Amino acid sequence: MADDLVNIEVDGVAIKAKKGEMLIRATDAAGAYVPRFCYHEKLSIAANCRMCLVEIEKAPKPMPACATPVAEGMKVFTKSPRAIGAQRATMEFLLINHPLDCPICDQGGECELQDLAVGFGRDASRYDERKRSVQDENLGPLIATDMTRCIQCTRCVRFTQEIAGIQELGMIGRGENVKVRTYIESTVNHELSGNVIDLCPVGALVSKPYRFSARAWEMSSTALISPHDPVGTNLFAHTLRGKLMRVVPRENEAINETWIADRDRFSYEGIYAADRLQQPMVRRGGEWVETDWESALLQAAEGLKARAADSGVLVSSCATLEELYLAQRLARGLGTNNVDHRLRQRDFRDQAADPVFPGLGMPVADVDALDALLVIGSHLRREAPILAHRLRKAGRRGAQVSFLNPAQFPYLFPVQSYRVAGAAEMVAELAAVLGAAASATGKAVPAHLAGIVGGAQVGEAHRAIAQSLLSGEKRAVWLGALAGRHARFADLRSLAAALAALTGAKLGRIAEGGNAAGAYLAGAIPHREPGAVAVQHPGLSARDMLGTALRAYLLVGGIEPSVDALDPESVRTLGKAELVVAITPFASPEMKAVAHVLLPMCSFAETSGTYVNCSGTWQSQQGAAAPVGAARPGWKILRVLGNLLNLPGFEYQSSEEVLAEVRARCASVVPAGYQGSHAVSAAGAAEPGTLVDVPMYQSDAVVRRAPSLQRTREGRAPAVAY
Amino acid sequence: MIDYTDKLDLCVFEPLKLERPWTLATYRSIGGYSVWEQILKDKPPREQIIDKVKASGLRGRGGAGFPTGVKWSFMPRNSPVQKYLVCNSDESEPGTCHDRDILRYNPHAVIEGLAIAGYATNSTVAYNYIRGEFLGEPVPRFEAALAEAYAAGLLGKNVRDSGVDFDLHTFVGAGAYICGEETALLESLEGKPGKPRFKPPFPANFGVYGAPTTINNTLSYASVPTILRKGPEWFAKLGPANSGGTMIYSMSGHVARPRNIELPMGIPFADLLELNGGMKGGRKLKAVIPGGVSVPVVPGEIMMKTNMDYDSVKAAGSALGTGAAIVMDETTCMVRALERISRFYYAESCGQCTPCREGTGWMNRLLKRFIAGEGRREELALLLDVANRIEGHTICAFGDAAAWPVQSFLKHYRHEFEYMIDHGGRSLVTETLGARAA
Repeated sequence: MADDLVNIEVDGVAIKAKKGEMLIRATDAAGAYVPRFCYHEKLSIAANCRMCLVEIEKAPKPMPACATPVAEGMKVFTKSPRAIGAQRATMEFLLINHPLDCPICDQGGECELQDLAVGFGRDASRYDERKRSVQDENLGPLIATDMTRCIQCTRCVRFTQEIAGIQELGMIGRGENVKVRTYIESTVNHELSGNVIDLCPVGALVSKPYRFSARAWEMSSTALISPHDPVGTNLFAHTLRGKLMRVVPRENEAINETWIADRDRFSYEGIYAADRLQQPMVRRGGEWVETDWESALLQAAEGLKARAADSGVLVSSCATLEELYLAQRLARGLGTNNVDHRLRQRDFRDQAADPVFPGLGMPVADVDALDALLVIGSHLRREAPILAHRLRKAGRRGAQVSFLNPAQFPYLFPVQSYRVAGAAEMVAELAAVLGAAASATGKAVPAHLAGIVGGAQVGEAHRAIAQSLLSGEKRAVWLGALAGRHARFADLRSLAAALAALTGAKLGRIAEGGNAAGAYLAGAIPHREPGAVAVQHPGLSARDMLGTALRAYLLVGGIEPSVDALDPESVRTLGKAELVVAITPFASPEMKAVAHVLLPMCSFAETSGTYVNCSGTWQSQQGAAAPVGAARPGWKILRVLGNLLNLPGFEYQSSEEVLAEVRARCASVVPAGYQGSHAVSAAGAAEPGTLVDVPMYQSDAVVRRAPSLQRTREGRAPAVAY
Repeated sequence: MIDYTDKLDLCVFEPLKLERPWTLATYRSIGGYSVWEQILKDKPPREQIIDKVKASGLRGRGGAGFPTGVKWSFMPRNSPVQKYLVCNSDESEPGTCHDRDILRYNPHAVIEGLAIAGYATNSTVAYNYIRGEFLGEPVPRFEAALAEAYAAGLLGKNVRDSGVDFDLHTFVGAGAYICGEETALLESLEGKPGKPRFKPPFPANFGVYGAPTTINNTLSYASVPTILRKGPEWFAKLGPANSGGTMIYSMSGHVARPRNIELPMGIPFADLLELNGGMKGGRKLKAVIPGGVSVPVVPGEIMMKTNMDYDSVKAAGSALGTGAAIVMDETTCMVRALERISRFYYAESCGQCTPCREGTGWMNRLLKRFIAGEGRREELALLLDVANRIEGHTICAFGDAAAWPVQSFLKHYRHEFEYMIDHGGRSLVTETLGARAA
């Protein structure tokens, strides 16, 4: 330990610093703030802004703290006349060509240049020459530019190069004329690109949807969890008088570091969509009429009660744990196990062997440290951008990552092997990998899989994938959302589990939505009650519920079957029901066509609740924005429905009480993975064209309504089926 | 003045008195490649060659004057990784033109020097980075010489069955001054924009493609074969202490015969001037920039008492730099001269570091306004302050190079700047000399 440390002195205070680390880390740790612009913890060192110059004893010149490694006995002065002189000099140079248009700049009030200018600038400029102006670029619908304000710190450039993995921004020109440019007048399309808005220390790159709508100091900030993917990205919602103005990252090293996906950042626009449901509505004859909560709830409750045993409850996998729990309680209170959140799953044959909850079986942060991974059926960058980023880190570190996918999806790191197999061939391909792993290890394939593996055509590529899964410490096999939608998901999972068991890798699953893990734990599945307790007679799956009509349906969480469910035609099934009650933030034409009661529900940003991510981390939030119109939090609506149905134990006073109950019921749950012995036969239906790759910005009702996201290249991409 | 006849062209320009000095045959006739062939035969310890170069007192001729042998010794020559050698022929320092003539007239000396350095540092691949503007004559000459050397079996894999590999490639730059800075050159060589890297790590540890790299100037490499042929003591004794050997002085400006001339280190500037025919038109010497525009200007009367070697020029308040003496006579308006120099730095800054990116333009604009008659007295102090705020605050030495001319011109010729500001842009030189002024 002592060998790793060196003794240095910062402003006369002796401190210990890690050998070889850059001075700025040591000064930060010691609480001696050194001003900086180009330095960012997560990016490579550029040392070009020259703001962090400090005086070091015996050094002939002031040295940049960000690029100077600490050395034993180093004496650093961060506030000596020489250090301050150098910092003030840099500040003057930065400001001479900066427009100083803070009053009309969106960054005003949260601008690093503005903040530091207070400490290091002078009150009047000595620069009497003409100022530089720089032409703006159209980077797309998400990022607005004001390039004249750019101070050429290159953080954004380094971000696209190092974190995003595709250099969409670069510097062109020389000297005073260097500019951040896209080179070819292209938009910035990477799914993490919005992060350059936070990285930009000035107002050169700002959020286009948010621009000119509020000031940093007049908004309040509330912590939120992203409901769009199973990572559980941490967010801050900034609200102005109850209205959500923008979303920014909340740092959490264990989950999203300092990054968030564009979907998490810009989806908030969707909650103020034009078709947001403002009032409870009921259909009278062919007409929709607004009504009060009491009568709408009464009508819903009476209708459900009358059709109790022949009803089904569908919940969004983006709903909160509390909503999921109460929805399933309601279903079971009605006397049915027909409750499900797996709207896009096709194959439920082996569901009894489901793990306690779908997840990675490892902390999100551990993905960085993977040595080998096989991803089966996942358009990872769409499904979970943060996981894709972490996996890229592992890949760049040297992890051997392989993919088995129905198409060539772009990845931005060295990949060991990429197998493209159509929907119909995926099972056989995976069986071949399993066969290769069995021969490589000399272990026997489990008896229930012997048949298919025996007939598999094992090739060089399969052997290479198997070999990669046998080398290194941390290894995993992941089933992605595409695999989850596959007609032979049970077969894929059975093979993947055997492969994982044989190679000693961890089996993981990337489910859809932000709370699939929560849905499993809360019992929002037909075959298990909360706490992973199996039910004797499982209810209908989402697929079955939407296949043949039940008499009544309760939809919770803004479900739109034409896009959220497996089959776009399932909305017709709903149309045949006697009663459809939708608890939803939105009143889409589709819902208005099939539903009978519409109950306005708070969106993810307006309600308190809990999400369980793919590592099994429970994260709770408070509502950030004021509910729109007469919307009420989902848990409250469900609670009153429960009361009206005279269900016992529905007297919750807060979402925390609901949460406490779920916790209690999950207290004895032992996290267990897939333990099945599902036999796989060579023949099986997987018709081409049935495996839908849902575009990133079509994943749930809120995202679909975010206009800026829809205008991006990804947003305009049609869904493709394999 | 003593007789310099037998002190001319002793080292790199040695074959210039012969016909077609750039050919292999001519180079061989003065003993060229004999050192390289001996090395291939004997395979002496690498340290031995480095020690000889150290003993010769050869210092980097690209401007910084770092001892060449010491630089070679920094290479981790026993490490198993690929090591590279780079020759910096991106000669762009205003006033400097010796590398151009070496490539034109004695390219084989560069090739042999690189081969020897490759052996000494255990580097098997070398690049000669030549500035784009040299496409006309120097590049083809060098390429032709390279082809000759390959054809003669002097380069390549397992040269002459010695087990020694050495490959040399030509790389033509795109003509940015900053690419002469060693780390910017490496970036450019890798195909990236020429922006200097911050050091440490130094190229000896992290050079081209992240591998250990030795990078020297063309003249430095070209001097090595003669040094080893005639002995390091011979070379060291040519010049005074600390400044061994010869220098190719590029004489330009108001001299009667501007040219490159190879002479021993330490020759009095007065003699150098006389050897080049004295002042043009017999006019009076006003000032000299003794080592390319990046070094401080020295008034003529001081320069006439100064010898041309590292220590003497330093004592005169400047630096020997590239040995390129820019001579200015009494008709030179120092404000205009400085404006021209500052325009160069304004145009050539890579734009990476804030002080240089923003400051070079500021200085140039101030000077332009002085000339336009729009200057104010207090702006002289501002100009100096801007220069002081760039100096020492940047990644590479470009910032210093942009600041030093401003500081030195203001130190020695402040009255000219003041006169111009006070007189609405009229030059003191023009007003005193009248029609005689340039």
